[in-house]
Amino acid sequence: MSRDNILHKVRTALGRSAGQAVAPPPPVRLRIPEVPMEARIESFIARLEALAGKAVRVATMDDAREFVALAIAGKTAAASNAPYLAECGITGLPGVRSGIRDLGELREVCAEVDIGITSADYMLGDTGTLVTIASPAEARLMSLLPPAHMAVVPKERMLTGLDELFTLAPHPAEITSSMVLITGPSRTADIEQILVRGVHGPGNVTVVIVG
Amino acid sequence: MSVEFDQKIHTTLADANLQLAIYTATGRLKEKRIEAVSDAWLPDYQELRTQANAIKKHAIENLDHYLEEFERNVEARGGKVIYCKDATEVSDFVLSLAKERGSRLIVKSKSMTTEEVDLNERLEHHGLESVETDLGEYILQLAHEKPYHIVAPALHKTRYDVAEIFTRELHVANETVPEKQTLIAREVLREKFLHADIGISGANFLVADSGAVTLIENEGNARLTTSAPRIHIAVAGIEKVIPRAQDLAVFLKLLARSATGQLLSVYASFLSGARRPGEVDGPEEFYVVLLDNGRTKLLPDRSKRQSLYCIRCGACLNTCPVYRKIGGHSFPWVYSGPIGAIITPQFMGVSHEPGLPFASSLCGACGEVCPVKIDIPKVLLELRSDVKKSETREGQNRLEKLAFRIFAWVMTHPRVYELAGRMAGGMAPSGDGKWINSVPSPMNVGPLKEWLSQRDLPPTPSKSFREMWRAR
Repeated sequence: MSRDNILHKVRTALGRSAGQAVAPPPPVRLRIPEVPMEARIESFIARLEALAGKAVRVATMDDAREFVALAIAGKTAAASNAPYLAECGITGLPGVRSGIRDLGELREVCAEVDIGITSADYMLGDTGTLVTIASPAEARLMSLLPPAHMAVVPKERMLTGLDELFTLAPHPAEITSSMVLITGPSRTADIEQILVRGVHGPGNVTVVIVG
Repeated sequence: MSVEFDQKIHTTLADANLQLAIYTATGRLKEKRIEAVSDAWLPDYQELRTQANAIKKHAIENLDHYLEEFERNVEARGGKVIYCKDATEVSDFVLSLAKERGSRLIVKSKSMTTEEVDLNERLEHHGLESVETDLGEYILQLAHEKPYHIVAPALHKTRYDVAEIFTRELHVANETVPEKQTLIAREVLREKFLHADIGISGANFLVADSGAVTLIENEGNARLTTSAPRIHIAVAGIEKVIPRAQDLAVFLKLLARSATGQLLSVYASFLSGARRPGEVDGPEEFYVVLLDNGRTKLLPDRSKRQSLYCIRCGACLNTCPVYRKIGGHSFPWVYSGPIGAIITPQFMGVSHEPGLPFASSLCGACGEVCPVKIDIPKVLLELRSDVKKSETREGQNRLEKLAFRIFAWVMTHPRVYELAGRMAGGMAPSGDGKWINSVPSPMNVGPLKEWLSQRDLPPTPSKSFREMWRAR
């Protein structure tokens, strides 16, 4: 095993000894700007739309359910186990597969439905980003395998940006094995720098901001 | 400069289509970056660079500490850390794990580190199928080529090249529309994702206080690689470690902007181990391979070790007048551009390609755009000095040494200098005030001839400065 050999080489090169204390790292740099909620939402919508994502605002949870019902009409959809989706009544909509707790079933459903519906733990106003934290309530594949992803999120989860996220969640590993930031639809420019959406992840991303 | 390096450069320069492709693609990336870091979009850009540099410097200076902290935190959550000294150790680890688990199919997301150790070739040599899933990397794997650029690997391929590669390798109908080509790749690779047992990713950052791997991408292939298969292996250079999750707020802002001009990449995944109880999906096993492969050789030198701060954004390639002419494949190893010119000689030894640190005009653009403030021009100069020292040791370049000795003698003897000046004036084509683009023999011989073939000299004045001074 090379472990000890590599660590020994590193220490020798740096003139350090095993277990030697380190000087404190540079202070963390997190600056949270003061941005009113309405301005955050406005910015979120503008940023996401600039990336060809969609963002809509609805007033109530009932409106959210209505919006989703219309959006999925004639299509197949699956919803995550996020309590908020159930509270909105989205998991109960006809044609929505929900309550999936088996991996085999999850993979099968996510690979065939048109739309995956999730909530999100946070939104970042300055970049139009969804923050999804994997948990029994939110599977990874729901926002990844279907060609369209729809997230229904209460506006209270709108943060100003990354700095606020890492202030509220300084140690994401303590709460989840996977925190994913999603900023717009999957895309590539690998062929002649031509922008193509929906490479491996969803080519359509819609965020329904409630409240 | 080796003959091979020289030939590759000339082949690239002579290919007009390729020249246009490189120039256009790098130009676009360059413009987008400039906008994304402008005051309008990121007023504290310079502060963020300073902070990123300070964090990297601190992490590298205490590398053993942070590696051990990272390792403890990965293992506390059931993951495993495997230190590998070279390519063989990496492939041996993956091969033995694949054998134990009975795995045959591996999906890979883009990783320069795995390119560095030829991981695909090594795995395939032992009968495993290892598939690149980033669109650009997939095209190159089918074409049996190495990445042309750190972030835009298939930059040199046109849609017609892609059409030809896809029809030949995938036996699909000829398709030249990028949207449709992307769809072809999506379908083929979707099957691979759903059937693979092992997903291998790189790592943009290793977060010590979390035992987490951070992956930055736009396509979603890294998410699939790390979510769908039963086993996730992340392969990372030891220099990728940063102290805290909170430091990501700095690096995430800088990386996407510097690489592609995006405010954030489409996906940024922060992965700290296998699926936890109750989670429906995610890998069951989590491994992190920490690779040395020459990195520890860079640590003793207090200045040159800054080469290890690199976050592989590719901004220095896009802005480099040399890269933009000679392209990625002229470079002797997987890392190209200014960053390649400083890390390749240090990983492989300066005699691997002695011409490399000299393939730069030292214009300084690379250092200016580097988001972690690596002083690339300074390191280039230090490497030039190393090349010269090693050549001296090998007894080469006696002629050059002699020439410089004569030069020094002339310069320290004013009379001789004046005489030499007058002689040069007399020998040069007479002063019609034009630049001299051909120098007559006997000056035009040997190494001087080569040097002069790329340079014009200013016209010689009829009177030297000294003569004018005396006549004043």
